[in-house]
Amino acid sequence: MTRTIVHVWIAPAAGLLGLLAMLAATIAAAHASLGALSVIINLLIAGLSIGMIAIVFMNLGRSSTLVRLASIAGVFWLVFLFALTAGDYLTR
Amino acid sequence: MTAVSVPLREPWEDFRRQKEAVSFGFWVFIASEVMFFGGLLLAYAVNRHLHLEAFQTALRNTDIIYGIINTVLLMTSSFFMTAVVRGAPRGMRRTTLWGLSLCALLGIAFLVVKGIEYHDDIAKGLVPGVGFPLRPYATQIFFALYWIMTGVHAIHLLVGIGIVLTIETMVARRRMPLNSPTIEVAGLYWHFVDIIWMLLFPLLYLLERW
Repeated sequence: MTRTIVHVWIAPAAGLLGLLAMLAATIAAAHASLGALSVIINLLIAGLSIGMIAIVFMNLGRSSTLVRLASIAGVFWLVFLFALTAGDYLTR
Repeated sequence: MTAVSVPLREPWEDFRRQKEAVSFGFWVFIASEVMFFGGLLLAYAVNRHLHLEAFQTALRNTDIIYGIINTVLLMTSSFFMTAVVRGAPRGMRRTTLWGLSLCALLGIAFLVVKGIEYHDDIAKGLVPGVGFPLRPYATQIFFALYWIMTGVHAIHLLVGIGIVLTIETMVARRRMPLNSPTIEVAGLYWHFVDIIWMLLFPLLYLLERW
Protein backbone atom coordinates (compact mmCIF):
# COMPACT_ATOMS: atom_id res chain seq x y z
CA MET A 1 0.00 0.00 0.00
CA THR A 2 2.79 2.42 0.96
CA ARG A 3 4.64 1.55 -2.23
CA THR A 4 1.52 2.27 -4.28
CA ILE A 5 1.02 5.66 -2.62
CA VAL A 6 4.67 6.57 -3.24
CA HIS A 7 4.43 5.44 -6.88
CA VAL A 8 1.08 7.11 -7.64
CA TRP A 9 1.30 10.30 -5.58
CA ILE A 10 4.63 10.98 -3.85
CA ALA A 11 6.97 10.46 -6.84
CA PRO A 12 4.88 12.64 -9.21
CA ALA A 13 4.55 15.26 -6.41
CA ALA A 14 8.34 15.33 -6.12
CA GLY A 15 8.46 15.81 -9.90
CA LEU A 16 6.00 18.71 -9.68
CA LEU A 17 8.03 20.37 -6.90
CA GLY A 18 11.15 19.99 -9.03
CA LEU A 19 9.39 21.62 -11.99
CA LEU A 20 8.15 24.52 -9.84
CA ALA A 21 11.66 25.01 -8.41
CA MET A 22 13.07 25.12 -11.95
CA LEU A 23 10.39 27.64 -12.97
CA ALA A 24 11.44 29.90 -10.06
CA ALA A 25 15.10 29.45 -10.99
CA THR A 26 14.57 30.30 -14.65
CA ILE A 27 12.60 33.46 -13.80
CA ALA A 28 15.33 34.47 -11.32
CA ALA A 29 18.01 33.87 -13.97
CA ALA A 30 16.15 36.04 -16.48
CA HIS A 31 15.60 38.74 -13.84
CA ALA A 32 19.32 38.78 -12.99
CA SER A 33 19.88 40.26 -16.50
CA LEU A 34 23.06 38.33 -17.25
CA GLY A 35 22.64 38.85 -21.01
CA ALA A 36 23.64 35.84 -23.09
CA LEU A 37 24.26 33.81 -19.92
CA SER A 38 20.62 34.30 -18.88
CA VAL A 39 19.49 33.01 -22.29
CA ILE A 40 21.69 29.93 -21.92
CA ILE A 41 20.40 29.28 -18.37
CA ASN A 42 16.76 29.76 -19.48
CA LEU A 43 17.15 27.28 -22.34
CA LEU A 44 19.11 24.84 -20.18
CA ILE A 45 16.39 24.87 -17.52
CA ALA A 46 13.73 24.40 -20.24
CA GLY A 47 15.70 21.33 -21.40
CA LEU A 48 15.94 19.99 -17.83
CA SER A 49 12.21 20.50 -17.24
CA ILE A 50 11.40 18.67 -20.47
CA GLY A 51 13.77 15.85 -19.49
CA MET A 52 12.08 15.57 -16.10
CA ILE A 53 8.59 15.45 -17.65
CA ALA A 54 9.76 12.79 -20.13
CA ILE A 55 11.51 10.60 -17.56
CA VAL A 56 9.21 10.94 -14.53
CA PHE A 57 5.78 11.89 -15.94
CA MET A 58 6.01 10.05 -19.30
CA ASN A 59 7.62 7.06 -17.61
CA LEU A 60 10.59 6.86 -20.00
CA GLY A 61 12.73 5.89 -17.02
CA ARG A 62 10.88 2.56 -16.90
CA SER A 63 10.18 2.10 -20.61
CA SER A 64 11.67 -0.50 -22.97
CA THR A 65 14.64 0.27 -25.21
CA LEU A 66 12.35 0.33 -28.27
CA VAL A 67 10.11 3.01 -26.76
CA ARG A 68 13.12 5.05 -25.59
CA LEU A 69 14.59 4.92 -29.11
CA ALA A 70 11.27 6.06 -30.60
CA SER A 71 11.15 8.91 -28.08
CA ILE A 72 14.44 10.38 -29.29
CA ALA A 73 13.62 9.96 -33.01
CA GLY A 74 11.99 13.39 -33.29
CA VAL A 75 14.76 15.12 -31.35
CA PHE A 76 17.37 13.30 -33.48
CA TRP A 77 16.02 14.81 -36.73
CA LEU A 78 15.47 18.16 -35.02
CA VAL A 79 19.21 18.30 -34.33
CA PHE A 80 19.87 17.93 -38.09
CA LEU A 81 17.30 20.61 -38.91
CA PHE A 82 18.91 23.09 -36.52
CA ALA A 83 22.54 22.13 -37.23
CA LEU A 84 22.22 22.47 -41.02
CA THR A 85 20.29 25.75 -40.77
CA ALA A 86 22.80 27.14 -38.26
CA GLY A 87 25.56 26.06 -40.66
CA ASP A 88 24.05 28.50 -43.16
CA TYR A 89 22.99 31.49 -41.04
CA LEU A 90 25.89 31.50 -38.57
CA THR A 91 28.54 31.42 -41.32
CA ARG A 92 27.21 34.26 -43.51
CA MET B 1 -18.31 -7.94 -19.21
CA THR B 2 -15.29 -9.90 -20.46
CA ALA B 3 -14.60 -7.30 -23.14
CA VAL B 4 -14.36 -4.62 -20.45
CA SER B 5 -12.09 -6.45 -18.01
CA VAL B 6 -9.62 -7.76 -20.63
CA PRO B 7 -8.65 -4.98 -23.08
CA LEU B 8 -6.57 -7.30 -25.30
CA ARG B 9 -7.14 -6.66 -29.01
CA GLU B 10 -6.08 -8.35 -32.22
CA PRO B 11 -3.42 -8.89 -33.52
CA TRP B 12 -1.65 -9.11 -30.16
CA GLU B 13 -1.38 -12.37 -28.29
CA ASP B 14 -0.57 -10.91 -24.91
CA PHE B 15 -1.36 -7.66 -23.15
CA ARG B 16 2.24 -6.69 -22.40
CA ARG B 17 3.13 -6.62 -26.10
CA GLN B 18 -0.04 -4.71 -26.91
CA LYS B 19 0.88 -2.02 -24.37
CA GLU B 20 4.40 -1.87 -25.75
CA ALA B 21 3.10 -1.44 -29.32
CA VAL B 22 0.67 1.29 -28.27
CA SER B 23 3.46 3.25 -26.50
CA PHE B 24 5.82 2.76 -29.44
CA GLY B 25 3.22 3.92 -31.96
CA PHE B 26 2.37 6.96 -29.91
CA TRP B 27 6.01 8.00 -29.51
CA VAL B 28 6.33 7.83 -33.31
CA PHE B 29 3.34 10.19 -33.51
CA ILE B 30 5.04 12.47 -30.97
CA ALA B 31 8.17 12.46 -33.16
CA SER B 32 6.05 13.78 -36.05
CA GLU B 33 4.66 16.46 -33.72
CA VAL B 34 8.20 17.37 -32.68
CA MET B 35 9.02 17.99 -36.36
CA PHE B 36 5.86 20.08 -36.76
CA PHE B 37 6.72 22.35 -33.83
CA GLY B 38 10.40 22.09 -34.85
CA GLY B 39 9.68 24.15 -37.96
CA LEU B 40 8.15 26.92 -35.87
CA LEU B 41 11.02 26.79 -33.38
CA LEU B 42 13.50 27.02 -36.23
CA ALA B 43 11.67 30.04 -37.68
CA TYR B 44 11.90 31.63 -34.22
CA ALA B 45 15.63 30.85 -33.88
CA VAL B 46 16.53 32.19 -37.34
CA ASN B 47 14.48 35.36 -36.99
CA ARG B 48 15.77 36.04 -33.50
CA HIS B 49 19.28 35.72 -34.90
CA LEU B 50 18.49 38.11 -37.77
CA HIS B 51 16.43 40.63 -35.74
CA LEU B 52 17.74 40.33 -32.18
CA GLU B 53 16.87 43.85 -31.06
CA ALA B 54 13.33 43.65 -32.46
CA PHE B 55 12.74 40.31 -30.72
CA GLN B 56 13.99 41.72 -27.40
CA THR B 57 11.66 44.73 -27.74
CA ALA B 58 8.68 42.59 -28.74
CA LEU B 59 9.20 40.03 -25.95
CA ARG B 60 9.01 42.80 -23.33
CA ASN B 61 5.45 43.43 -24.52
CA THR B 62 4.10 39.98 -23.69
CA ASP B 63 2.57 39.70 -20.21
CA ILE B 64 4.79 37.40 -18.12
CA ILE B 65 2.23 37.09 -15.29
CA TYR B 66 -0.17 35.23 -17.61
CA GLY B 67 2.78 33.13 -18.79
CA ILE B 68 3.75 32.13 -15.24
CA ILE B 69 0.15 31.34 -14.20
CA ASN B 70 -0.32 29.14 -17.27
CA THR B 71 3.00 27.35 -16.72
CA VAL B 72 1.99 26.46 -13.14
CA LEU B 73 -1.48 25.35 -14.32
CA LEU B 74 -0.03 22.98 -16.93
CA MET B 75 2.64 21.60 -14.59
CA THR B 76 -0.03 20.84 -11.97
CA SER B 77 -2.29 19.22 -14.57
CA SER B 78 0.62 16.99 -15.64
CA PHE B 79 1.06 15.93 -12.00
CA PHE B 80 -2.58 14.82 -11.81
CA MET B 81 -2.31 13.08 -15.18
CA THR B 82 0.69 11.11 -13.91
CA ALA B 83 -1.31 10.03 -10.84
CA VAL B 84 -4.10 8.89 -13.19
CA VAL B 85 -1.78 6.91 -15.48
CA ARG B 86 -0.09 5.26 -12.49
CA GLY B 87 -3.24 4.71 -10.43
CA ALA B 88 -5.57 3.40 -13.16
CA PRO B 89 -3.78 0.06 -13.84
CA ARG B 90 -3.78 -0.50 -10.06
CA GLY B 91 -7.57 -0.32 -10.04
CA MET B 92 -7.72 3.11 -8.36
CA ARG B 93 -11.02 4.15 -9.89
CA ARG B 94 -11.68 7.24 -7.78
CA THR B 95 -8.13 8.52 -8.32
CA THR B 96 -8.59 8.03 -12.07
CA LEU B 97 -11.93 9.83 -12.29
CA TRP B 98 -10.94 12.71 -9.98
CA GLY B 99 -7.54 13.04 -11.63
CA LEU B 100 -9.06 13.24 -15.12
CA SER B 101 -11.59 15.85 -13.93
CA LEU B 102 -8.84 17.99 -12.42
CA CYS B 103 -6.72 17.65 -15.57
CA ALA B 104 -9.59 18.84 -17.75
CA LEU B 105 -10.39 21.68 -15.33
CA LEU B 106 -6.78 22.89 -15.22
CA GLY B 107 -6.62 22.65 -19.02
CA ILE B 108 -9.78 24.74 -19.32
CA ALA B 109 -8.33 27.23 -16.78
CA PHE B 110 -5.24 27.50 -19.01
CA LEU B 111 -7.42 28.32 -22.03
CA VAL B 112 -9.42 30.90 -20.03
CA VAL B 113 -6.20 32.65 -18.91
CA LYS B 114 -4.92 32.48 -22.50
CA GLY B 115 -8.19 34.00 -23.71
CA ILE B 116 -7.89 36.90 -21.26
CA GLU B 117 -4.28 37.38 -22.37
CA TYR B 118 -5.32 37.36 -26.06
CA HIS B 119 -7.98 39.95 -25.24
CA ASP B 120 -5.34 42.20 -23.63
CA ASP B 121 -2.96 41.67 -26.56
CA ILE B 122 -5.64 42.63 -29.08
CA ALA B 123 -6.58 45.68 -26.98
CA LYS B 124 -2.91 46.75 -27.09
CA GLY B 125 -2.94 46.28 -30.88
CA LEU B 126 -0.29 43.55 -30.80
CA VAL B 127 -1.63 41.86 -33.95
CA PRO B 128 0.73 42.09 -36.96
CA GLY B 129 -0.63 44.34 -39.70
CA VAL B 130 -1.58 47.96 -40.27
CA GLY B 131 -1.24 50.12 -37.13
CA PHE B 132 1.05 47.71 -35.25
CA PRO B 133 2.31 49.85 -32.33
CA LEU B 134 5.90 48.57 -31.98
CA ARG B 135 9.05 49.43 -33.95
CA PRO B 136 11.21 48.19 -35.65
CA TYR B 137 8.98 46.35 -38.11
CA ALA B 138 10.56 42.96 -37.31
CA THR B 139 8.73 43.06 -33.95
CA GLN B 140 5.78 41.91 -36.06
CA ILE B 141 7.65 38.70 -36.92
CA PHE B 142 7.92 37.94 -33.21
CA PHE B 143 4.21 38.52 -32.71
CA ALA B 144 3.31 36.51 -35.81
CA LEU B 145 5.21 33.59 -34.24
CA TYR B 146 3.62 34.34 -30.84
CA TRP B 147 0.09 34.02 -32.25
CA ILE B 148 0.85 30.94 -34.37
CA MET B 149 2.78 29.07 -31.67
CA THR B 150 0.40 29.79 -28.79
CA GLY B 151 -2.62 29.28 -31.08
CA VAL B 152 -1.46 25.88 -32.31
CA HIS B 153 -0.55 24.92 -28.74
CA ALA B 154 -4.02 25.96 -27.53
CA ILE B 155 -5.64 23.82 -30.26
CA HIS B 156 -3.54 20.85 -29.08
CA LEU B 157 -4.65 21.49 -25.51
CA LEU B 158 -8.29 21.74 -26.59
CA VAL B 159 -7.96 18.33 -28.29
CA GLY B 160 -6.33 17.00 -25.09
CA ILE B 161 -9.25 18.23 -22.97
CA GLY B 162 -11.65 16.49 -25.37
CA ILE B 163 -9.69 13.23 -25.11
CA VAL B 164 -9.54 13.44 -21.29
CA LEU B 165 -13.28 14.09 -20.97
CA THR B 166 -14.12 11.28 -23.42
CA ILE B 167 -11.98 8.80 -21.48
CA GLU B 168 -13.45 9.98 -18.18
CA THR B 169 -16.98 9.44 -19.47
CA MET B 170 -16.10 5.96 -20.76
CA VAL B 171 -14.44 4.96 -17.49
CA ALA B 172 -17.35 6.36 -15.45
CA ARG B 173 -19.82 4.34 -17.55
CA ARG B 174 -17.55 1.30 -17.25
CA ARG B 175 -17.13 1.15 -21.01
CA MET B 176 -13.34 1.37 -20.67
CA PRO B 177 -11.35 -0.85 -18.28
CA LEU B 178 -8.94 0.90 -15.92
CA ASN B 179 -5.95 -0.98 -17.34
CA SER B 180 -6.67 0.15 -20.91
CA PRO B 181 -3.53 1.39 -22.73
CA THR B 182 -5.68 4.28 -24.03
CA ILE B 183 -5.36 5.97 -20.63
CA GLU B 184 -1.58 5.76 -20.77
CA VAL B 185 -1.51 7.16 -24.31
CA ALA B 186 -3.80 10.04 -23.32
CA GLY B 187 -1.25 10.78 -20.58
CA LEU B 188 1.61 10.82 -23.10
CA TYR B 189 -0.31 13.29 -25.28
CA TRP B 190 -1.13 15.52 -22.31
CA HIS B 191 2.50 15.61 -21.16
CA PHE B 192 3.67 16.36 -24.71
CA VAL B 193 1.41 19.43 -24.81
CA ASP B 194 2.96 20.43 -21.46
CA ILE B 195 6.47 19.95 -22.92
CA ILE B 196 5.71 22.28 -25.84
CA TRP B 197 4.64 24.96 -23.37
CA MET B 198 7.89 24.47 -21.40
CA LEU B 199 9.65 25.59 -24.61
CA LEU B 200 7.25 28.37 -25.56
CA PHE B 201 7.35 29.99 -22.10
CA PRO B 202 11.04 31.04 -22.18
CA LEU B 203 10.95 31.86 -25.92
CA LEU B 204 7.90 34.14 -25.70
CA TYR B 205 8.10 35.56 -22.17
CA LEU B 206 11.55 35.23 -20.67
CA LEU B 207 14.63 35.57 -22.93
CA GLU B 208 16.41 38.85 -22.03
CA ARG B 209 13.20 40.38 -20.71
CA TRP B 210 14.89 42.49 -18.04
